[in-house]
Amino acid sequence: MRSPRKFLPLLLLPVLALAGCRQDMHDQPRFKPLAKSDFYGDLRSARQPVDGTVARGQLHEDTYFYTGKVGNLFGDYMPFPVNQDVLTRGQQRFNIYCAPCHSRVGDGNGMIVQRGFRAPPSYHTDRLRKAPLGYLFNVMTDGFGAMPDYAAQIPAHDRWAIVAYIRALQLSQAATSADAPSGQKVPSEPPVFQGDPPSGATAPELAPQASAEQSSGASSTNQGEEHK
Amino acid sequence: MQIFHRSSNTISKATIFAVIIVASVALWACIQLQRSPYVTYAGVARPQPVPFSHQHHVAGLGIDCRYCHTSVENSHFAGIPPTKTCMNCHSQIWVGAPLLEPVRESYRTGKSLVWNRVNDLPDFVYFDHSIHISKGVGCNTCHGPVDRMPLMYNFASLQMEWCLDCHRAPDKYLRPRDQVFYMRYEQPTSAKPVEVDGTKYTDQRELGKYLIHKHNLRTPTDITSCSTCHR
Repeated sequence: MRSPRKFLPLLLLPVLALAGCRQDMHDQPRFKPLAKSDFYGDLRSARQPVDGTVARGQLHEDTYFYTGKVGNLFGDYMPFPVNQDVLTRGQQRFNIYCAPCHSRVGDGNGMIVQRGFRAPPSYHTDRLRKAPLGYLFNVMTDGFGAMPDYAAQIPAHDRWAIVAYIRALQLSQAATSADAPSGQKVPSEPPVFQGDPPSGATAPELAPQASAEQSSGASSTNQGEEHK
Repeated sequence: MQIFHRSSNTISKATIFAVIIVASVALWACIQLQRSPYVTYAGVARPQPVPFSHQHHVAGLGIDCRYCHTSVENSHFAGIPPTKTCMNCHSQIWVGAPLLEPVRESYRTGKSLVWNRVNDLPDFVYFDHSIHISKGVGCNTCHGPVDRMPLMYNFASLQMEWCLDCHRAPDKYLRPRDQVFYMRYEQPTSAKPVEVDGTKYTDQRELGKYLIHKHNLRTPTDITSCSTCHR
């Protein structure tokens, strides 16, 4: 009966091996972006720069590019040349950030408006067709009325691309058959999008017609209670 | 005199095999445990300060991923939206809802909402969202059907073998760039081909090979090298 004692230390091996399992490499003493920190009072590991800091590339010398204003007036020109790439980018960004409220055609009847947000004006009014480009840019940058500002979500160059796209949208929605190249037939019905919408977002699921009527009745009474 | 009963012959023979069987079953159980949601948390919704529903915001309202996760295309980090992004809509919608009180409190006081990270890679992995987006890896390839997740959970195990599955053969998963944020994207079949640059693809491998060439993907040898993900 000598051998079992001899092998007793072997039994300890798995225990020792398990004791070696630590999470030090998994959880290193560094912060992932926006991680919680117990060191600072506001629990943020991401620190705000000191007031007045101007990081490289953030000195906004070109005031028109960042405000849409020349002096106190709105400018009516694009700060960079517009080509097909700019318009495509503008369309994509418009469909991501603006279409939830303004809708993809810009009539101000987007999904969020249908859910109770105050309806924005349609782009296809005389006032907004004549609005200077800098005005559109300024509304995105500083917000207007119920609309919050989008300066943090959309970089300035993309905001200008959206401005260009909105103008293109206004032109297209007010176009007549005279604007089309001769011989091209102008469709009289709105286009039907097949598959994915242009931004690549997932299209909202529409409820079947019969149940949609029922549920819309139910949701409107719910909203009535909400407003009390 | 006989020391051992005659059944000892059978028992000793059986024991030799039993040890092997028991040991391999134990090993198999350990491996399965390591890959199970008990360890990886795959499919397990975490508690959050607000029960935010991706299903409602993505499938119900059609809001693009990038509306909130603004830095996903040009940063390694997709970005957790600041409370202000929530208030873009919720300043007027569901203004009295008790569930949203933590959001409004955060907006009033300027204190951050403390969300619990769901897709948490080990700290020795240096993952970058932007490169995956620009090479054509769809959001839901890794994050799963986010548009059908009332509460967020991680879809994949996030273990290395799962990463390598794609890094060894990216053509199994790549999709056209304009479909990356589309949650209902389906890989091409002969019934539903996917069209890229004027060519209709009916086979994922062919489409993948074309996209690898188009987007200049590095070779599997390069992207399975240790230092691709570990520094």
